[in-house]
Amino acid sequence: MANKLESTLPNMILSLVTIGVVMAASLGFVYIKTKGPIDEAAAKKELDAIQQVLPEFNSDPANGLIEKDGVIIYQVSKDNQPVGFAIKSYTEKGFSGHIEIMAGFLPDGKIYKVTVLEHKETPGLGAKMTEPKFCDQFSGKNPENFVLKVKKDGGNVDAITASTISSRAFCDALQRAFDTMKEVTDSIADN
Amino acid sequence: MGNLRYLTNGLLRENPTFVLVLGTCPTLAVTTAGINGLGMGAATTFVLVCSNMLISALKNFIPDKVRIAAFIVIIAAFVTIVDLVMKAYVPDLYKSLGIFIPLIVVNCIILGRAEAFAQKNKVMPAVLDGLGMGLGFTLAITLLASIREVLGNGSIFNIKLVGENASTILLFILPPGAFVTYGFLIAIMNRLKIKFNI
Repeated sequence: MANKLESTLPNMILSLVTIGVVMAASLGFVYIKTKGPIDEAAAKKELDAIQQVLPEFNSDPANGLIEKDGVIIYQVSKDNQPVGFAIKSYTEKGFSGHIEIMAGFLPDGKIYKVTVLEHKETPGLGAKMTEPKFCDQFSGKNPENFVLKVKKDGGNVDAITASTISSRAFCDALQRAFDTMKEVTDSIADN
Repeated sequence: MGNLRYLTNGLLRENPTFVLVLGTCPTLAVTTAGINGLGMGAATTFVLVCSNMLISALKNFIPDKVRIAAFIVIIAAFVTIVDLVMKAYVPDLYKSLGIFIPLIVVNCIILGRAEAFAQKNKVMPAVLDGLGMGLGFTLAITLLASIREVLGNGSIFNIKLVGENASTILLFILPPGAFVTYGFLIAIMNRLKIKFNI
């Protein structure tokens, strides 16, 4: 390596600064190029989740969005008839922490469908909460008279075998969704 | 063309996963499903090829005393590019790989190849070396991930092989299963290497 730069201070500064600036510039370029698609992908994911948990609708969920204590409520309608609420709720009580769910409620307070957006539960155990066998037991139930607790705790929910903690966490998130929805609809009714 | 040697080097003789045992953190952590292994391998290969190429092209421009700092800046830039591109175009895969994409920066294979190979060789061999090492890594972790997915989840590349309620060997999806499978694979590789004298 005949003409390698000597390790003198000016050379080192020159080399590092040049590499840093060039790399930062190319990162900026890629960031600008990918920003659009990243936002689109995130928005599409949200929309997909809302469509999954509610019957067909044709309004834009981004309208009339209410956020309360970290829970996001989307109100959607079809031809100006309310279809229901899609509620993005969460819990920190999962076996491995944070879980996010999207729950669809019909205007009468019945659950339409629930889907899990994000979780870190144990594969093969707690992760089974994403499967229809567990999720679908909530469909058509109204949390007013369907106690969102696992049977072990005196509720009505069939827990996942060997994953009581994950099942409890799921119920917690769903209860939070329901409570927030009630608070919001009650305050609208009061006005 | 003695260059082909550099390509096959990473596949078998110096396979980063089975022989050099470098970069074991993603190897053990993300290999719960075949598709994760493939995605992780592809991302690592891209970074490895690009960083090897750039580092060998710049080898005379980087003074010895600051070489590690310069290498890390270059590697981190490519990793961030991969991170952004995956987030934009394959969000599902990005989500399942999670933190391990940014962690490619500290994957020892990449800095190891930059230090041991790219900075001493011309651009073409460095690219081939990166490609060989990357493919070797991809093959190894995809194999590991497929075995774990079949045994632990009863599926391969998300195609179910067993019925809904069939019980699978959960251990293989959990962290200990990664170590067990990895150990067996290294043993088998060593055995094959002795037998065929690679």
